[in-house]
Amino acid sequence: MRFLRRSYVFLVFLFLYAPIIILIVYSFNASKSRGHWTGFTLQWYRELFKDRQIMNSLYNTIAIALLASLIATIVGTAASIGIFNMKRVKREIMLNINYIPVLNPDIVTGISLMLLFSSIKLPLGFTSLLLAHVTFNIPYVVLSVMPKLKQMNKHLYEAALDLGATPFYAFKKVILPEIMPGVITGFLLALTLSFDDFVISFFTTGNGVSNLSITVESLARRGISPKLNALSTIMFVSVLLLLIIVNIRTSKDENERRPKNEKSYQGNVFVSPSSHDI
Amino acid sequence: MNNEIILRLVNISKAFDGTKALDNINLYIRRNEFVTLLGPSGCGKTTTLRIIGGFEEADEGDLLFEGQRINDLPAYKRKVNTVFQRYALFPHMNVFENIAFGLKIKKMDKRVIEEKVNNMLRLVNLEGFSKRSVDSLSGGQQQRVAIARALVNEPEVLLLDEPLGALDLKLRKEMQLELKKIQKSLGITFIYVTHDQEEALTMSDTIVVMNNGRIQQIGTPQDIYNEPKNAFVADFIGESNIIDGTMNEDYKVTFLGRQFDCVDKGFMPNEPVDVVVRPEDIKVRPQSEGMLVGKVISVTFKGVHYEMKIEGLNGAGYVLTVHSTLMAEEGSVVGLSIDPFDIHIMKKGLKA
Repeated sequence: MRFLRRSYVFLVFLFLYAPIIILIVYSFNASKSRGHWTGFTLQWYRELFKDRQIMNSLYNTIAIALLASLIATIVGTAASIGIFNMKRVKREIMLNINYIPVLNPDIVTGISLMLLFSSIKLPLGFTSLLLAHVTFNIPYVVLSVMPKLKQMNKHLYEAALDLGATPFYAFKKVILPEIMPGVITGFLLALTLSFDDFVISFFTTGNGVSNLSITVESLARRGISPKLNALSTIMFVSVLLLLIIVNIRTSKDENERRPKNEKSYQGNVFVSPSSHDI
Repeated sequence: MNNEIILRLVNISKAFDGTKALDNINLYIRRNEFVTLLGPSGCGKTTTLRIIGGFEEADEGDLLFEGQRINDLPAYKRKVNTVFQRYALFPHMNVFENIAFGLKIKKMDKRVIEEKVNNMLRLVNLEGFSKRSVDSLSGGQQQRVAIARALVNEPEVLLLDEPLGALDLKLRKEMQLELKKIQKSLGITFIYVTHDQEEALTMSDTIVVMNNGRIQQIGTPQDIYNEPKNAFVADFIGESNIIDGTMNEDYKVTFLGRQFDCVDKGFMPNEPVDVVVRPEDIKVRPQSEGMLVGKVISVTFKGVHYEMKIEGLNGAGYVLTVHSTLMAEEGSVVGLSIDPFDIHIMKKGLKA
């Protein structure tokens, strides 16, 4: 029985991860063709780092991800505090409005953003790409910060004012440290999402500005080069690392919170960022 | 206590979403006075405190601090400090940092801060706790930190919002005495909010009884207990028998089918009144010696005394609550007597 149970779990995971394992294995394959294994090599990785086009889009990806996450974190945190201080009904409405973009298919978000940009005559390129990423990141930041605000003793802010703190000082010294774990989780989540977005980026960029996923897609049309295996491996590992960090942070957080018996919906923030993979 | 008035509330009213929370509150507080706002939940006592603290704005009326109108002064500029319900300590700071918070804002010298914080820790019996995290403290200790954090700023007025509500009975009693001691030794005005009448009676110089956003009575604990102004106060401050009666003339009142001597006057002849008699003021005697005769229908042991429900046999079906250290058998018929000064007469229609 136990054996059956274990092998069932093994099969499930094999099914889930076999493609990725194959990808990783082939990224080290000396042969250019996918059919057979001719020996271990790091050649594809070396070539990858020499490829100007790929390196350029890697730079774009990182720049966009960092900038977009940073902006989204600031805007999202401010928005959370605003929404949190609304009256109950208004707050629920705002939270649901915030949640819609999360559920919205990427393609719809992508196309509508493209239409918006072109209707306000914003040339598609780095700026539009950045704006698009900021847009789809904000709801996730709000969703990670909100539980922290709910969990906070609502008199903390008043206590700080009472002791003579100006509203800004109270925010900096009391509110921010309290919600910091949520803010960082939101930032990392935004980073992950931004890093592997393809659909929305595809519709909102232009002018030769492309990020990794777009570049990979266009290269893959000309046939899968082993370089792409190497690139995908790196991307997979980076996103995996980020996700592990986010999850460790969240579960540590949950453990701290459990004794206080507070409910939160931080758990379902993870609409599996890899679901809209390339 | 001296007679200088430090804080005055003039015609203060406040509504939340159309519901009146405070209705025309007038109140003054003297320097060094221990004032308790007492009432059931939702009576407006916390709202009053929050208006004084600057966390709510009054819709109408004036708040005067040392004669100056401070309605529009933000909380962080007021010379009052608050001890919050459930303490509201800053969780990411240790005990020292919590207490030093207000002093750091005032940009005091590091050594001065250290000295002041240590003095405070001594005052609240928490020496050696300065490096401890707030989470590692018990409820009682957190409470002390909250008090120290407020007091270290040397406020003119300290506001306390049910500060002992989360503590167990024994600790609460200890803290009541300790707070009173601190208040006396520092000579600071305390405005204390509670729904616990015993706490109010123990600690206060002046009690303000509130209900439905209105002040019912202001007075010393003795006044409030012995001379409740209306049925609500009588009922809220300890248990009471509130009986319909008629004032025949000055010093004569009829209730439970009998005329009693009393110490009240100034009513219209035959004016209907509420008569209040405390359960401990009704004395159980042998049947022949009683002014009233009643049948004991239940006896409950309460520790210090027995609580008996006694049905009046010569009245129209009244059941009186009687507290006595002596027990009468259930079902027995006893006599009851009440001294004239234990009979409190209240005008009808003051029920809140």
